[in-house]
Amino acid sequence: MTDTDILVVGAGPAGAAAAIAAARSGLRVTLLERGPFPGSKNMYGGVIYGRVLDGIIPRWWEEAPIQRWVTRRATMVLTPTQALTVDFRADAWGEPPYNGATAFRPDFDNWLAGHAVAAGAQLICSTTAVGLLRDDTGAVCGVRTDRPDGDLSARVVIACDGVNSFLAKEAGLYPHTAAEHFTVGVKETIALPRAVIDERFGLRGDHGADYEIIGCTGDIPGGGFLYTNRDTVAVGLVLRLPELAAQSRRPEELLADLKAHPAVQPLIEGGELLEYSAHVIPESGFEMMPELTCDGMVVAGDAAAMCLAAGIWLEGVNFAIGSGIAAGRAAVEAMRLGDTSVVGLAGYRRRVESDFVLTDHRKLAGIPELIMSPRVQRSYPQLAANVVERIFTVTNPVPKPGFGRIVRDELKASGVRLGDLARDAWRGMKGFG
Amino acid sequence: MTDYPSVSFEDRMERTEFRVAERAHITVDGDSCRGCTTKACVVACPANLFVPTSDGGILFNYEQCFECGTCYLVCNTEGAITWTYPDGGHGVVFRRT
Ligand SMILES: Cc1cc2nc3c(=O)[nH]c(=O)nc-3n(C[C@H](O)[C@H](O)[C@H](O)COP(=O)(O)OP(=O)(O)OC[C@H]3O[C@@H](n4cnc5c(N)ncnc54)[C@H](O)[C@@H]3O)c2cc1C
Ligand code: SF4
Ligand code: SF4
Repeated sequence: MTDTDILVVGAGPAGAAAAIAAARSGLRVTLLERGPFPGSKNMYGGVIYGRVLDGIIPRWWEEAPIQRWVTRRATMVLTPTQALTVDFRADAWGEPPYNGATAFRPDFDNWLAGHAVAAGAQLICSTTAVGLLRDDTGAVCGVRTDRPDGDLSARVVIACDGVNSFLAKEAGLYPHTAAEHFTVGVKETIALPRAVIDERFGLRGDHGADYEIIGCTGDIPGGGFLYTNRDTVAVGLVLRLPELAAQSRRPEELLADLKAHPAVQPLIEGGELLEYSAHVIPESGFEMMPELTCDGMVVAGDAAAMCLAAGIWLEGVNFAIGSGIAAGRAAVEAMRLGDTSVVGLAGYRRRVESDFVLTDHRKLAGIPELIMSPRVQRSYPQLAANVVERIFTVTNPVPKPGFGRIVRDELKASGVRLGDLARDAWRGMKGFG
Repeated sequence: MTDYPSVSFEDRMERTEFRVAERAHITVDGDSCRGCTTKACVVACPANLFVPTSDGGILFNYEQCFECGTCYLVCNTEGAITWTYPDGGHGVVFRRT
């Protein structure tokens, strides 16, 4: 007999959700985590979009350890001296069933893993999976760990070991590991009194704000973010690896520039740095996804590059949870069929294909690359900011130029070719439309 | 620019908790680095753990590592970086991330 029926590696959102779904079937489920507690290794922006939890934890919002409910979403387009912000508020997002919430991952992941334990899963922390076990047919049948006598055998392994997924790589499922598919995120958690945050961001009660920022990373494709927690603000950058490595300024220096931008500095000034953190994102989404299944194993969450990084959207936790639930249910189904080969585990792919996880990724397949292109990163932000600046600049005694004239002038000055603009617009429509 | 209170890099890293393991989970082969012209790790490692030496090599210390993976992803020299996770329970412990 194997040590466990279903072994989930990694107690991030994907792994915890997989363990909840699997353990509720009554099968033996083990959830393995290398950190001292779930969430201790995990960093993100961040905002969690919780609706995906409705199906496994009814009224999750009454107990989830959240910081603030996001009722204000702003997209900021920066140039070194200008800022153009689209700022949206919705009071409805401050009431059940809510939309997004800021939360600390060490709190949130720990809470979600607690539900796996409540469902009957065995949680083992401080233990790193260091390799796969295989039977004589080559099928995955467990993992080796760094504990003495640390082999753990299982009928199905669910690899939820995050962006670097050494398990998916060892299984030969992950061909796309070139640096261009990855960004690194760096973030400062900055302490400010709650009342100061409320005032600076125009918030009340437990409402929060979420800023996505483009045009703040110089020649490096990427973006920035600013999120409000209860009495801290998170400010950070994501930077594409090859271009970061090819220039001379370090991540914390680039972040210092964002913090000093005239549109950002007043929001965070005077705050004290509480924690500095970094983590890698699988940025290319659908383009870089590995095979999802092999005999005895399925891959979910960031380990399968399921994070959606589409400019205005940065959603990984909900995609991790969605794929984790699908993986857990498919593993149970395979066990019941008595077939844990790729054939028996095919229900996993069917599930993620039919719900938002792969539907959204497939539709938005070209968007991460578009967002990272030099035009979207630099030319369009500059163009948009210049057009708006001209529209609002009063030129008396010279009469106002028409919008058409301003756009023509600025387009010309920007060097953006109409053909490229049309092509980008078409690609954008295809993904977002 | 502005008068945003700046913290030294050392101070910045001290605000994050690291449970340092005895075993170095990442090792860098200085000899491989001597032929490397990009030194990509030096600018990209968010924890600033790769220090170039005067003879063209690299000095590396694993202790305050975020375990992010940036270094092995940007390094193009086969064999220069040996990268594993720290032994279970060790390494970085985030709190407000
Ligand atoms: C800078 C940044 C900003 C982001 N912002 C957002 C945001 O605002 N909203 C959002 O929804 N998403 C955001 N994301 C993406 C999101 O964080 C990820 O998509 C999500 O964490 C993926 O969940 P996961 O469970 O697949 O992987 P992870 O959260 O990475 O969890 C993997 C787990 O596996 C464990 N593990 C790894 N290897 C082993 C091993 N060998 N043995 C045992 N345990 C192991 C790890 O310790 C970890 O707990 C952001 C990411 C970054 C880096
Ligand atoms: S670790 Fe890699 S990138 Fe860094 S100096 Fe050595 S060979 Fe170059
Ligand atoms: S894993 Fe990240 S923090 Fe650690 S040495 Fe490599 S780049 Fe630096």
